Amino acid sequence: MFRKFTKEDVHSRSKVKSSMQRTLKAKLVRQYPKLEDVIDELIPKKSQIELIKCEDKIQLYTVDGEVFFFQKFDELIPSLKLVHKFPDAYPTVQVDRGAIKFVLSGANIMCPGLTSAGAKLPPAPGYENDTIVVINAENKVSAMAVGKLMMSTEEIKSINKGHGVEMIHHLDDPLWNFTVE
Amino acid sequence: MLRSPLYCAVCSLPPEYCEFTGKLKRCKVWLRDAHPATYKILYDAEDDSVDAVSGKLAESSIGEEREEKLEKDLLKLQAKQENREQRELQMKLSSKVVIKREARTKKKSLVAISGLEVFEIDMKKLAKTFASKFATGCSVAKNVEKKEEIIVQGDVLEGVEKYIHALLEEKGLKDVKVEVVDVKKKKKPDTAAAGGDQSKSSK
Repeated sequence: MFRKFTKEDVHSRSKVKSSMQRTLKAKLVRQYPKLEDVIDELIPKKSQIELIKCEDKIQLYTVDGEVFFFQKFDELIPSLKLVHKFPDAYPTVQVDRGAIKFVLSGANIMCPGLTSAGAKLPPAPGYENDTIVVINAENKVSAMAVGKLMMSTEEIKSINKGHGVEMIHHLDDPLWNFTVE
Repeated sequence: MLRSPLYCAVCSLPPEYCEFTGKLKRCKVWLRDAHPATYKILYDAEDDSVDAVSGKLAESSIGEEREEKLEKDLLKLQAKQENREQRELQMKLSSKVVIKREARTKKKSLVAISGLEVFEIDMKKLAKTFASKFATGCSVAKNVEKKEEIIVQGDVLEGVEKYIHALLEEKGLKDVKVEVVDVKKKKKPDTAAAGGDQSKSSK
């Protein structure tokens, strides 16, 4: 999604009204229930969320100049900066060491990388198709990418072939390096 | 409750991912100076001899062969990255900035600055800075060679020159040539001191 993304793709910037801010926060908590305890710490009541509308109907939400989450359609997707602050709240999968290189250059994640010895998938029933997942790497603490499941985790285990996770946002991609002044 | 993540100042990633960016050498130096504790956790084992290496292999699950290949690829990437950086630096050093004063009507003149695009400077922002610094109009325009240049209205050659020197010094590019060109007007003796074609490198 952010393979190419520069300042020129930004169409407009606007401040989010506080009532809207409340609904946004509620929505975020609804999507990731574990965020509930920390949401006021992450986005204090007094902070100002800014909405940045971009090319391709991508909307970024920033707090204090840092992109916290974004949405393309209805779903809110956390940015890695937010994930690193509180990693426990999101569905997570882990890939093996051999895959890191490819993930960091923006590849979709293939099933074998999710099922090998160094990788981790959640036990059954796992996650549904189209879930937004955070991608961790073997022996690493911080997450390295955010993606969307292209088949459910159970299917990944049984089929074990082809694309498993669609890449949305990874470390060192243009969104990661994007700054608002 | 919240974590405050640490990011590498060189490659901007969390330090544990530095090895995949190809800038590992500089990242390591930075981390050792800035956060010795983290450095110890991440790299201390690696620097030791065979013991540590075999330990690392046991840790990783992808097998000796693939690990070796990965290592090799990473080294290659690193070499590539280094070469590229070298080239870029070379390019930066060999390019030059031209500051030019042009005469307009009668007593008026304007200053054009070109050759800045190599240095990753935000032209629009710099133009804004000049505009407020000298209290004049300032804009970014395309010059004859289809390259961007900054045009400042008014006779502010000296100020601009000083500012550019400071800017380059801040970026650690002291040796970049700055050429000052003064297209002289017919009658204006007091600018003669700074006039004429002169090229000099900054101190």
